[in-house]
Amino acid sequence: MNAPLAPNSLRNLPDENGHFGQFGGRYVAETLMPLILDLEREYKAAKADPAFKAEFEDLLEHYVGRPSPLYFAPRLTEHWGGAQIWFKREELNHTGAHKINNCIGQILLAIRMGKTKIIAETGAGQHGVATATVCARFGLSCTIFMGATDVARQQPNVFRMKLLGAEVVPVTSGAATLKDAMNEALRHWVANVHDTFYIIGTAAGPHPYPELVRDFQSVIGREARAQMLARTGRLPDMLIAPVGGGSNAIGLFHPFLDDADVAMVGIEAGGHGVDTNAHAASLTGGKPGILHGNKTYLLQDEDGQITEAHSISAGLDYPGIGPEHSWLHEIGRVKYLPVNDDEAVEAFQLCCSLEGIIPALESAHALAALPKLAPQMDKDKIIIVNLSGRGDKDIFTIADKLGVEL
Amino acid sequence: MSARLSAAFAKGRPALVTFVTGGDPTPDATPAILDALVAGGADVIELGMPFTDPMADGPAIQAANLRALAAGTKTATIFAIAKAFRARHPDVPLVLMGYANPMIARGPEWFAAQCQDAGVDGIICVDIPSEEDSEIGPALRAAGVDFIRLATPTTDTARLPAVLNGSSGFLYYVSVAGVTGKQQAAVDSIKDAMDRIKSATDIPVVVGFGVRTPDQAAAFAAHADGVVVGSALVDLVATHGADAAEPVRALTAALADAVHGAKATA
Repeated sequence: MNAPLAPNSLRNLPDENGHFGQFGGRYVAETLMPLILDLEREYKAAKADPAFKAEFEDLLEHYVGRPSPLYFAPRLTEHWGGAQIWFKREELNHTGAHKINNCIGQILLAIRMGKTKIIAETGAGQHGVATATVCARFGLSCTIFMGATDVARQQPNVFRMKLLGAEVVPVTSGAATLKDAMNEALRHWVANVHDTFYIIGTAAGPHPYPELVRDFQSVIGREARAQMLARTGRLPDMLIAPVGGGSNAIGLFHPFLDDADVAMVGIEAGGHGVDTNAHAASLTGGKPGILHGNKTYLLQDEDGQITEAHSISAGLDYPGIGPEHSWLHEIGRVKYLPVNDDEAVEAFQLCCSLEGIIPALESAHALAALPKLAPQMDKDKIIIVNLSGRGDKDIFTIADKLGVEL
Repeated sequence: MSARLSAAFAKGRPALVTFVTGGDPTPDATPAILDALVAGGADVIELGMPFTDPMADGPAIQAANLRALAAGTKTATIFAIAKAFRARHPDVPLVLMGYANPMIARGPEWFAAQCQDAGVDGIICVDIPSEEDSEIGPALRAAGVDFIRLATPTTDTARLPAVLNGSSGFLYYVSVAGVTGKQQAAVDSIKDAMDRIKSATDIPVVVGFGVRTPDQAAAFAAHADGVVVGSALVDLVATHGADAAEPVRALTAALADAVHGAKATA
């Protein structure tokens, strides 16, 4: 899907063993190793197969509704009084977020591999809905693992998944959020490797998942780059995207990595503040370790026990991050900043009132970085914010936060 | 290979390998439970290092991990338990089993040195396959600590040499594709797997996952160099808490009788 890259390109990782510098890799139980190697072979073959690419692109256009618009946000730009603010409108995709791009790619791979059952983990429920959607579209059985805490705070998405024919399994271990859902999905997968494909929702997990999820999501950045060139004749000066696992962010960033003049900022969930124990900012407040199949920055104690993440946004409530982000952080190509719950809620409301767009709480984290970045930039500078999802699913959380009874 | 592990597999009969989670239900209760395993006749002791996210474990051992952590079990606690065990039982092989992150948190060299100091004979790490050996393998080998790998029903003949390369002490054959303590493999599948693996290596091969009763243990032991029992013992700890030592000893004794006599009656 990509043109050949220069040897010094930042876009030619992972290496053949799935490493991005010291990060990434394949830290899985032996039972899964042969399947992971199969998946890697199959993905290589699919990438080289024009029919696979054609089917992927056809579905993105006619089923997902791509390309998503690149929109200039005039009132938010005026409000912050600095750089022009543009939105990449991933929230207009079918199912309401960027997640569907990846699910289309992975289900085509599952079908190529002859797998008949699909499993996935979900936090906010966006990936669960997207997975249930593609399973319905292709007639495969679908089981979604979701932390019981998230089941309670994301009821509309739980019902959506059920309408789409998925079985939703509430996971009660740990804090019963995204991390625990992923543990349970891995346990189920290890016992059902022969017929089951695991559609991982973010650019994390064992190789080749971080690579293939990134590749499927890179349609975001490729479109944004072409759209910006067509509209303004130039590249943007800065990209901003929210980062939980980081699939929307790597999808936007990756096609621009070799454009040295394009700055990139990933926004982590600062929860109640990175100086408290209640946040999900693994780069800002964590250190490298091994979890869920990859080496990456993790929230952990001195013994390597994983600590619970917190974010008002269920989609960011995870103690790790995709390994390519850990690498981009260490080489300094991308800056990562935390934004706390209250800042995100404020930015959510501002976007509603100034642009008539209800953003997902995940995306509101990216919007909340604007007051720290946009006013310091000249008015001829351009920022693209990845509006990764729509906020309909979050209205109950926001109402609760604002003390409004629905 | 550690001399203690060599001796454990050179008794002319299959070995009983027993697993309990360190610090479950409390760090203070673990030494008596380990002593009960030895008193019952276990040949190799696996001491589980608790982890917050035990992805390869079923409900019984998941709960044991969380009980141990809730009781304040730290990495230092595990090594203190191991060191005291070594002082009480100079000849019984002791193996630590767990997940990668707690093992590498202070660097693999630190971990290997702690193992050496505490008299730990080997390490089983669930989520470091042979592809990622460099994460901890060189440090363990330099410290003379066996790195015990796992093979599974999905490890085919082509892949087996890679799994065996760098593996020492013994090989742990996971009898079912799944998590600990759940379903049980058919004896025929064990026999086929053992034939395949034994033709590729000289190191002892033990079978585990889903073995709960003396009868099951004996059936597997007839085809292997040893059998691992974990969840059934961990269940006793869950039920009896700080008073678990005697029931653990009794089950271990029954398992040991069955396993040790398996080849003679097969």
